[in-house]
Amino acid sequence: MKSKGRVIKFGDNIDTDLIIAARYLSTADPRELAQHFMEDLDPDISKRVKAGDIVVAGRNFGCGSSREHAPIAIKGAGVSCVIAESFARIFYRNSFNIGLPIIESPEASRDIEDGDEIKVDYETGEIQNLTTGKSYNGEAYPPFIRRIIENGGLVGYVKAGGAEGHDI
Amino acid sequence: MGMTMTQKIMAAHAGRKSVAAGDFIEAELDMVLGNDITAPPAIAEFERMGSKDVFHKDRIALVPDHFAPNKDIKAAQQCKIMREFAYSQGITNYFEIGEMGIEHALLPEKGIVVAGDAVIGADSHTCTYGALGAFSTGVGSTDMAAGMSTGKAWFKVPSAISIVLRNKPGEWVTGKDIILHIIGMIGVDGARYKSMEYSGDGVGHLSMDDRFTMANMAIEAGAKNGIFPVDEVTEGYMDGRAKREWKVYSPDEDAEYDQVIEIDLSTVRPTVSFPHSPDNTHGIDDIPRISIHQVVIGSCTNGRLDDMRMAARILKGRKVAKGVRTIIFPATQEIYLQAVREGLIETFIEAGAIVSTPTCGPCLGGHMGILAEGERAVSTTNRNFIGRMGHHTSEVYLASPAVAAASAVSGFIRNPEDLEVM
Repeated sequence: MKSKGRVIKFGDNIDTDLIIAARYLSTADPRELAQHFMEDLDPDISKRVKAGDIVVAGRNFGCGSSREHAPIAIKGAGVSCVIAESFARIFYRNSFNIGLPIIESPEASRDIEDGDEIKVDYETGEIQNLTTGKSYNGEAYPPFIRRIIENGGLVGYVKAGGAEGHDI
Repeated sequence: MGMTMTQKIMAAHAGRKSVAAGDFIEAELDMVLGNDITAPPAIAEFERMGSKDVFHKDRIALVPDHFAPNKDIKAAQQCKIMREFAYSQGITNYFEIGEMGIEHALLPEKGIVVAGDAVIGADSHTCTYGALGAFSTGVGSTDMAAGMSTGKAWFKVPSAISIVLRNKPGEWVTGKDIILHIIGMIGVDGARYKSMEYSGDGVGHLSMDDRFTMANMAIEAGAKNGIFPVDEVTEGYMDGRAKREWKVYSPDEDAEYDQVIEIDLSTVRPTVSFPHSPDNTHGIDDIPRISIHQVVIGSCTNGRLDDMRMAARILKGRKVAKGVRTIIFPATQEIYLQAVREGLIETFIEAGAIVSTPTCGPCLGGHMGILAEGERAVSTTNRNFIGRMGHHTSEVYLASPAVAAASAVSGFIRNPEDLEVM
């Protein structure tokens, strides 16, 4: 399981109100939410985002509200992965549950710049910057998290009988 | 090694003798909560999972509070999805307009969450019930769906920060000022993934409503939960309300904490969080003259009876400053009715404020008081992120009901101590 794409860079403490403002929460439709992704930060950003792009951000990405609409909007916008120095806890959980790959890597978060081309390998946790040639170690996913992502989220995973043999 | 209060509740709900920070557990849930924004996607996921029936009709709470009373057709549709699900499943804790309130004020008031519970809610401020000595935390809609189906949720056991409160706070210093002060100290990710566990003689000086406010904003420090010890104040509150027996847990004496923070409440000043982050705090004595257009008093953070009384003490016999739109939201019907009986609502209306039915409304920029370009509000709510209450150039200053009311009558952010109160 791998992603490759162009980087869109954000700073620290990107909150879920900024990712998707509450005024759009009367729907959970990914396409509709995606039109308003990060709108209050940059009204034109949804036009800039291309399928496969990778978001790289700083500390505490996804802080604030528990709205699952936030990772849904990111995924709906075509973003293939989010890399951050750290994630807020509800967002972290929600992202896996809806099948959005996210990965913590303080070094990658600091180094990688807007517009860089990068590649992420979820099995090893390796992040390669194809623009600069540098590589970084992110956290590797345990097998059950990989299976959740591969099944498009927790519901698909449960339906695929994925919980079997996993000790929690 | 000893366990924290949170760890003890988690262990009990996982059927284990002990747990340690970092353990993955599956816990039995006492209550699963959702609202009109988060429940509809959860219901869709519940059906997609192939689930037919909820795990327990009395252990699910569904509250239309965010965009209710229905703000537009889309919101009405969302509320309808939740209502029809509640009726078809026979869910007992569904609260329609007229009996509803803001979820985190309503559930404790109705006695459907009690000390010792393990609760998840598809709303980040679900951590409020920590004030009662429960473990409660916010989750997303998918976790809510799984919780409704199985009555269980998986957790990574958190470590904790111990916050020891000493002495008595000043007359105009509330739970809001204390929690803003703490968030200012540790930052919006200062307690990320952790519990914030309160203790110390200062807890005894805090009313139940102060504690609800403080537990409510644990999420604004990134915490998994905030939790208070159970004392006579807690038991006095639950007595006569509790629908189930409660259980009192205390941390072990040798519980390990990542950090211990001691706070002398007598030195905490009225505190305001400036835009656009709850940790951008300023003591009231260091604030320049900042003119305002709107004041909001209410929400799951500060819409309780203590908050209404405090606002009324300041607004009594005064008028709100010309041009300051002052919107007051009692958080539940019971609080609203009691405020009517005590004459607080009369005081608000005579002062030139408006009083709304319970709703989350403007707190999240939903309805009932949205800010225009460049407008500035003092609000007793919990978040002041960019665009939170309206236009992306508008500004929200978070404060206590006392500071908000003093600001409403002054037209600028004002120290309540500067006003003479009867």
